[in-house]
Amino acid sequence: NKSKSFPWFGMDIGGTLVKLVYFEPVDITAEEEQEEVENLKSIRRYLTSNVAYGKTGVRDVHLELRNLTMCGRTGNLHFIRFPTQAMPRFIQMGHDKNFSSLHTTLCATGGGAYKFENDFRTMADLELLKLDELDCLIRGLLYVDRVGFNGHPECYYFQNPSDTQSCVKKPCTLEDPFPMLLVNIGSGVSILAVYSENNYKRVTGTSLGGGTFLGLCCLLTGCETFEEALEMASKGDSTNVDKLVKDIYGGDYERFGLQGSAVASSFGHMMSKEKRDSISKEDLARATLVTITNNIGSIARMCAVNEKIERVVFVGNFLRINTVSTKLLAYAMDFWSKGQLRALFLEHEGYFGAVGALMELLKTTEDP
Amino acid sequence: MDKSITLPPDEIFRNLENAKRFAIDIGGSLTKLAYYSTVQHKVAKVRSFDKATKEAASDKLYEISVQEEVTARLHFIKFENAYIETCLDFIKDHLVNTETKVIKATGGGAHKFKELIERKLGLKVDKEDEMTCLIKGCNFVLRNIPHEAFVYAKHADSEFRFQTTQPDIFPYLLVNIGSGVSIVKVESEDKFERIGGSSIGGGTFWGLGALLTKTKRFDELLQLASKGQHTSVDMLVKDIYGGSYGSLGLTGDLIASSFGKSATADKEFSKEDMAKSLLHMISNDIGQLACLYAKLHNLSRVYFGGFFIRGHPVTMHTITYSINFFTKGEVQALFLRHEGYLGAIGAFLKGAEEDNPNQYSWGENYAGSSGLMSVSPDMNPMQRARSGTFDMLEMDRLERQLVNLPLLQDPSSYIPDTMDLTEDALAREYWLYCFEEALDGVVKRAVASQPDMPEAAERAEKFRQKYRHKLQTLRHQPFAYGSLTVRSLLDTREHCLNEFNFPDPYSKIKQNENDIALKYYQKAVKSLEELSWEERQFALVRGVLAGNVFDWGAKAVSDVLESDPEFGFEQAKRQLEGSKCLKTTHPGFLLQGPPHKCALFFVDNSGVDIILGVIPFVRELLSRGTEVVLASNSGPALNDVTNGELQILTERIAAMDPVIQAGLREDRLTLVQSGSSSPCLDLSRLDKVLAQVVRERQTDLVIIEGMGRAIHTNYYAMLSCESLKMAVIKNSWLADRLGGKLFSVVFKYEVPAGKPSQGSAAVTPS
Repeated sequence: NKSKSFPWFGMDIGGTLVKLVYFEPVDITAEEEQEEVENLKSIRRYLTSNVAYGKTGVRDVHLELRNLTMCGRTGNLHFIRFPTQAMPRFIQMGHDKNFSSLHTTLCATGGGAYKFENDFRTMADLELLKLDELDCLIRGLLYVDRVGFNGHPECYYFQNPSDTQSCVKKPCTLEDPFPMLLVNIGSGVSILAVYSENNYKRVTGTSLGGGTFLGLCCLLTGCETFEEALEMASKGDSTNVDKLVKDIYGGDYERFGLQGSAVASSFGHMMSKEKRDSISKEDLARATLVTITNNIGSIARMCAVNEKIERVVFVGNFLRINTVSTKLLAYAMDFWSKGQLRALFLEHEGYFGAVGALMELLKTTEDP
Repeated sequence: MDKSITLPPDEIFRNLENAKRFAIDIGGSLTKLAYYSTVQHKVAKVRSFDKATKEAASDKLYEISVQEEVTARLHFIKFENAYIETCLDFIKDHLVNTETKVIKATGGGAHKFKELIERKLGLKVDKEDEMTCLIKGCNFVLRNIPHEAFVYAKHADSEFRFQTTQPDIFPYLLVNIGSGVSIVKVESEDKFERIGGSSIGGGTFWGLGALLTKTKRFDELLQLASKGQHTSVDMLVKDIYGGSYGSLGLTGDLIASSFGKSATADKEFSKEDMAKSLLHMISNDIGQLACLYAKLHNLSRVYFGGFFIRGHPVTMHTITYSINFFTKGEVQALFLRHEGYLGAIGAFLKGAEEDNPNQYSWGENYAGSSGLMSVSPDMNPMQRARSGTFDMLEMDRLERQLVNLPLLQDPSSYIPDTMDLTEDALAREYWLYCFEEALDGVVKRAVASQPDMPEAAERAEKFRQKYRHKLQTLRHQPFAYGSLTVRSLLDTREHCLNEFNFPDPYSKIKQNENDIALKYYQKAVKSLEELSWEERQFALVRGVLAGNVFDWGAKAVSDVLESDPEFGFEQAKRQLEGSKCLKTTHPGFLLQGPPHKCALFFVDNSGVDIILGVIPFVRELLSRGTEVVLASNSGPALNDVTNGELQILTERIAAMDPVIQAGLREDRLTLVQSGSSSPCLDLSRLDKVLAQVVRERQTDLVIIEGMGRAIHTNYYAMLSCESLKMAVIKNSWLADRLGGKLFSVVFKYEVPAGKPSQGSAAVTPS
């Protein structure tokens, strides 16, 4: 076989989450089946027959890309995530399953590729191929957009973002995607201006990202997971926590064209003890989410104007199951730019780095 | 908190008797009150004796009279909201003859206290837009207070690096960090626009901080933050990468995700660490947005204000750090010394529009202003108590508008002062000691200047206490009034003397010295005329320098003059004989070649200096066909000759000397006032008339004389025409610093680059 030997993995080890993509070939010939070593089979079976791994690993079944052709092979692409904290256990498993005996290269991106490189080597006798996370992100994103999401577009936007009643999610494609401002919201945020697949720059970043949302939520509400935090946020009312323009001026601040409903001071009501005693955890979670999201929107918008780019693509796992934020971002882009900017989102939010890493594997020539 | 405090009327809410035009800015915790008042104080005037009465009135040259003068002053007082009722009562009790009906009000608390103010003062509260007031106030301080803006550098020798006043203050960006953040672009006095903002501001720090740490007060939160370690709460680049993210140039210590560790770590975080992390998060975020807006609008001057900043070293540091990081040093974060007063100043100006305060120049009165206090969380209890009570700013309306000397090479980079004592600890130590040492003498002189007034001694004692207190303050907070300089120390002393009605302690000495010197004038001129041209050039320069020895401001000289009243011009010349530089440099080059069109001469002392040193030199210039503008102080300072005195002196000289007479008659010799009442000289704040004369006459030579004007200030001043700086160093410490001895001489002739040089020499003391 001309193509790479299996298994095909791409891995993105972030600050909070590890994203793993696994290509499951479905065109295996009988001959191949016979030659396939036992632990390769068992890996495939383990990954494809489960949707959860250990206590914290999850396969996002709904994201699976079916009947994909990569490098001349047909198969399904699986999307798996687990907390970066579980990395030592994952490496241990690699050792236990004798992963190093397989004829493959483990392509890894994200900061963890560097941080855990030595652990992989010493604990599991594995040599990582370390890849730049932004290279991988862009490559993976463009690839998934190109192949589509099982016959549907990967990309979507919100129609009528300024009106909660008629705001609807609309699929679209990233045809002629350049230039785009790519906002990757993981634990922190990176903002890239992308002019072509290989020509991009990191414009700026902010430390107020998904990690901040979850971190603050845990401290403020005692919750433990992202899902829990989002669940609470969906039920809360941030205006009990935030001070609005109308709380200060009684209405709009006309001198500056500020609407009364705009947030003047995030957590501003919390300066008063009375107010602190009267709010719920849900309100706090919601306020945290709104604060972080608006701030990212604001910085992204300024970057778009400074870089003269009208298309702003938001990705990253902060947006997973987080329609509060996606809608808020869509609204913020539209409202503050008076319709000049459009916010775009992608279904595979946080997995593009891992996909990009996998593509690098399929590109490498030094096949053993 | 004790709400019923006794207010000392001598110190706070001064001059209420004539107060009018009140304005009040009530913030979340502090109230700022502004009013306009008039101050009656004594001024010394000189007047020529009438010919008819001259015989009777002894043989004095002119008479000195002390008159009452009324000047305008702006008072600004800052105090905690808790005292508001006490203060309003106090004001009501002390307001006498005011016709004021309205008080302008701004700030978030204005509506809350509206009823109270109206009831207590019987004034109608008239609300003004907060941001408009803020901008108006900002423009006012930037224009009128030198060293208003500063850069904060936590680890430098001096934390505060004051900026020179820009000839044009616009455009700039004001980032006001109150409970939220407003980013305002200011393009002119009346044109400004809120170009952006953020909801993550001081309220977020306070509100979120209170939730996280159960600490209620803003100050306490800052204090917690200053003790914390953010790295235990934040996820750093190295926590993700194990080191730096090299290809992007992100160092390992950079924060990748604020509070990123608090989601996963199963431990309790300390209040301090969380507060610190929060502070970084908010400061960085504001800094980033400010940079994005500055870049978008192509602005490089960015001022930060609002209660989040208000003198807190912790927040100034984190904001500065953030701006440096995001702009790679291209934009500096600027802070304002009177940031807390902007709203009150602006509200006041709104109410005073019919008086058009902006047509005048105003000056900070050092005697009546508290100066910048450090409110560092780690500061000592004395300072803390201070900042918690009353803070004052007083500004005097200057009689004339002050502008740049049109001959400054680059007005935006001109720094009057030679030495910044804020940064030079050794020099600071010396000069503070020096001024403290000289205080007894000044007090003695002040009392002696008013022999007919029995309470003079008591006032002089008050002056001593006030000035000594200022010196003590400056020892601890050298940055209190901007950069500490010899000039600011001298000016503070003059302000304090004026405050206690000692307008001109040296008036009698000056009168006496002028009298004596005038008697020698003809003889001196005659002996100069007998010299050959070349000899005369030497003699003229030597004359100016010898004259400059007569400086009562210099202890080395005043000691001699006190002990030897006979000490004269000839002794002074001999005193300078050791100065080799006079012999090695040919002063003739200056007066060689085609005559200058017009020379501007900034003069120094009365008596021998002006009469036997400067005037003969001026005479030589006039004889060559050069017009001369003599610039002297508008008001008294030490024994410096004032414009009023110089008018009389030149008249008298003209009566004896046809050259001077012709010069005056033909308007080739003009006397103008500098607009200053300082022994030093700030070429960026000169009388508008002077600037006009300089321009009209196409001045092509500037002569600056004396230690205060040519050494303490302007030693490095770059002018666009030829210049000559002449002085005798009458302070051994300074002489030592400059590499010379006491009574060394500075004779610094400079030709600007690109101009045809007639020979250039910068002579430092031998």
